[in-house]
Amino acid sequence: MEFFDTIVAILESTIRVSVPLIFAALAGLFTERAGVFDIGLEGKMLGAAFAAGAVAAVTGSVLTGLMAAILISVLLSLVHGYASITQRGSQIVSGVAINFIVAGSTVILGEAWFRQGGRTPALDADARFQTVTFPFADAVKDVPIFGPIYSNLISGHFILTYVAFLLVPFSWWVLYRTRFGLRLRAVGENPGAVDTAGISVIWLRYRAVICCGILCGFAGAYLSLAMSAGFVKGMTAGKGYIALAALIFAKWRPVNIMMACLLFGFLDALAIRLQGNPLPFIGQVPVQLMQALPYILTVILLAGFIGKAIPPKAGGVPYVKER
Amino acid sequence: MSDMAIELRGIDKSFGLVHANKNINLTVRKGTIHGIIGENGAGKSTLMSILYGFYQADSGDILVGGNKVTIKDPNAAILSGIGMVHQHFMLVENFTVLENVMLGAEDSQILNTSISKARVELKRLEKEYALEVNPDALIEELPVGLQQRVEILKALYRKADILILDEPTGVLTPPEADHLFRILGQLKDQGKTIIFITHKLREIMAITDEVSVMRRGEMVATRKTKDTSVEELAELMVGRRVLLRVDKGEANPGAVKLAVENLTVRDSRGVTMVDNVSFTLRAGEIVGIAGVAGNGQSELLEAISGIRKAVSGTVLLNGRPIDVTGHADPGDLRSRGLAHVPEDRHHVGLVLKFDEAENGILGYHNDKRYLNGVFLDTKAIQADAEEKIRKYDIRPPNPRLKTANFSGGNQQKIVLAREMERGPDVLIIGQPTRGVDVGAIEFIHKRIIEMRDQGKAVLLVSVELDEIRALSDRIIVMFAGRVVGEREPDATEGELGLLMAGVEGRKEAAE
Ligand SMILES: Nc1ncnc2c1ncn2[C@@H]1O[C@H](COP(=O)(O)OP(=O)(O)O)[C@@H](O)[C@H]1O
Ligand SMILES: [Mg+2]
Repeated sequence: MEFFDTIVAILESTIRVSVPLIFAALAGLFTERAGVFDIGLEGKMLGAAFAAGAVAAVTGSVLTGLMAAILISVLLSLVHGYASITQRGSQIVSGVAINFIVAGSTVILGEAWFRQGGRTPALDADARFQTVTFPFADAVKDVPIFGPIYSNLISGHFILTYVAFLLVPFSWWVLYRTRFGLRLRAVGENPGAVDTAGISVIWLRYRAVICCGILCGFAGAYLSLAMSAGFVKGMTAGKGYIALAALIFAKWRPVNIMMACLLFGFLDALAIRLQGNPLPFIGQVPVQLMQALPYILTVILLAGFIGKAIPPKAGGVPYVKER
Repeated sequence: MSDMAIELRGIDKSFGLVHANKNINLTVRKGTIHGIIGENGAGKSTLMSILYGFYQADSGDILVGGNKVTIKDPNAAILSGIGMVHQHFMLVENFTVLENVMLGAEDSQILNTSISKARVELKRLEKEYALEVNPDALIEELPVGLQQRVEILKALYRKADILILDEPTGVLTPPEADHLFRILGQLKDQGKTIIFITHKLREIMAITDEVSVMRRGEMVATRKTKDTSVEELAELMVGRRVLLRVDKGEANPGAVKLAVENLTVRDSRGVTMVDNVSFTLRAGEIVGIAGVAGNGQSELLEAISGIRKAVSGTVLLNGRPIDVTGHADPGDLRSRGLAHVPEDRHHVGLVLKFDEAENGILGYHNDKRYLNGVFLDTKAIQADAEEKIRKYDIRPPNPRLKTANFSGGNQQKIVLAREMERGPDVLIIGQPTRGVDVGAIEFIHKRIIEMRDQGKAVLLVSVELDEIRALSDRIIVMFAGRVVGEREPDATEGELGLLMAGVEGRKEAAE
């Protein structure tokens, strides 16, 4: 029974750490499917987490915090859009620049405004997200097997967690069942086809980039308003890059993205669990190895097991008509 | 009501330093097929893309049906009833036919209803114009001929009254081209106006009512087709009299230089592109490989020249095997006397950012005469480049100029000079005159025949049937990766065309 509880506990934390990955990877899905590569997911998430933490601390309102996160993240997306869509600059350079600028400025602004070493003040209950308890969760808690699964795995998460998981089928529906999705996928494959079909490539790509901003805003808000009670400097800790790895691993498909994020989240949860608990026969596993596992896994699996991940054909290339 | 479908007045367009359209005037009558011819780079595509709103003219006016319109983007053109089939197809390759046709003309936010409507409309268009194509097929799985059909359907789906086709026959077999011409005739009978761009004079004579000729960005003449001739048009196009045929003597084939046996090659997706192909090539002859683009010719060349790994088969060069299924090394093959002029000079044949002299030694850069110890001997390289420039009349004659800044014809001469001047035993040439102006074509053809007369073995691959027929001493036809027939150069175009379309070949194989 103890083993079963351990499993449930690991799965529960898997869900918890997967949520920001899912938001961020879906964010990447929207821009990259439209042909704008975005290595700046990390920066946008961090900026959003900071905005959420700071605004929620000042206003005491969690929703205002979320709005601020989305606003900042969308603004950063528009900067990336302006550099790579309008100015046709390098998408990599623009993304990396955003990551650096945000990493630095969140610390400077945080210190200037709150003087707590780059943190934002700890939030009280009203200023952060609360977990949702489903009906009867307490009552069935002690039912064997079903009890822990219902009350710990299904019930008891933040509202944003449910939003993240619902966004997976929703994103699929948008991409594959709406006009916007059809055009968005088309512009990532062949912008010339979209242009000659009488649709504005630029406006379409901007809309995709804005979608990315909104979703990164959710990812950031989750970090500082749900998972923790406030912003801590560098709190994304590479999650934006893991999300990118998940996106590639999932071959730019929504449901695969959820699976990949859960897998990476599971590795993360396992790493936390294994800290200080040596494995039988193997002994202590270095944390660094566990943390590198998602990347190692992506490389290995992409190299041999799941076939080639073919990125959107026009990805990373600015649309230039006249040389 | 005006009987003018389109009128262009004083259209001017520059791309940076390139003046692509100079003060162009053009009138296209309603309900006619209007041809536009001109050499590569004359500015035909640019002019039509301006009419379609894809590019913006620097100055000039566009009138549609007698009314002045501003066409600021393709959407405005579509609304004015203009449709265009671009020279390079504008299709989303991993979408279905239906999705491509629908794209941009969906009639609701949710796709389901648009899809069923588009399906019905597509059926109707297919029936009406004999444009059958499976609406659920993926574009990337369709042959180019069918992809072109999708482009035409796209325009018709948007209810185009004026249809522009930019070099539509370049990718078609002769029977496919005939089918296209029938469709165009039918569209004309329904009162639609068609602008048909080509650089093939015969097609102009066959289907147009009027023809306009462009040369170096200028519109030089417009004629009624029945009042002009191929000779006159050719002269207008080039600006001087041209020899439309090449003179060549009898071939004296000698020893077998290249023997290909049962060669099979697959592409990166695992599709068999070259299927059990065998042939021989002798000294002093030109063997031409005819076929519609995409029937395995490219992969065949790549396998023989060591760029692409074959699955099985053997190739003997001067009697010694090339390790085509293993580690054939193009550099090693060069030193064994096999030179290769690749089909795609921009990506394979040249490094466009390098200057002429550097490109002149690519692949031979380890040769002692270009080296000074471990360093490149720049003086020797320069002298070598100057000599080639003189001999091949490469213009401008500047070895320090970046190759990107040479015209297509001169770029091709740079590659040819590099590969021919080494006096290889076997010369493999892909698409020798693709994107090359008529003047340079004459020169290149002469050089190829000279090589043959010097006793070299030449393997020529071209999608231009005229070129194959003019140069080859023997013609091999490829279809769907297989050799479907071998003919003498005096075989008729019709006969070769049927082979290229896979019609005759199937019968022959069955016998
Ligand atoms: N998008 C572009 N950017 C820059 N130069 C171009 C572009 N398109 C065409 N050109 C140049 O304009 C000239 C005319 O080209 P084009 O209209 O394609 O000729 P054609 O269709 O008659 O072969 C060429 O010199 C070509 O290099
Ligand atoms: Mg053209």
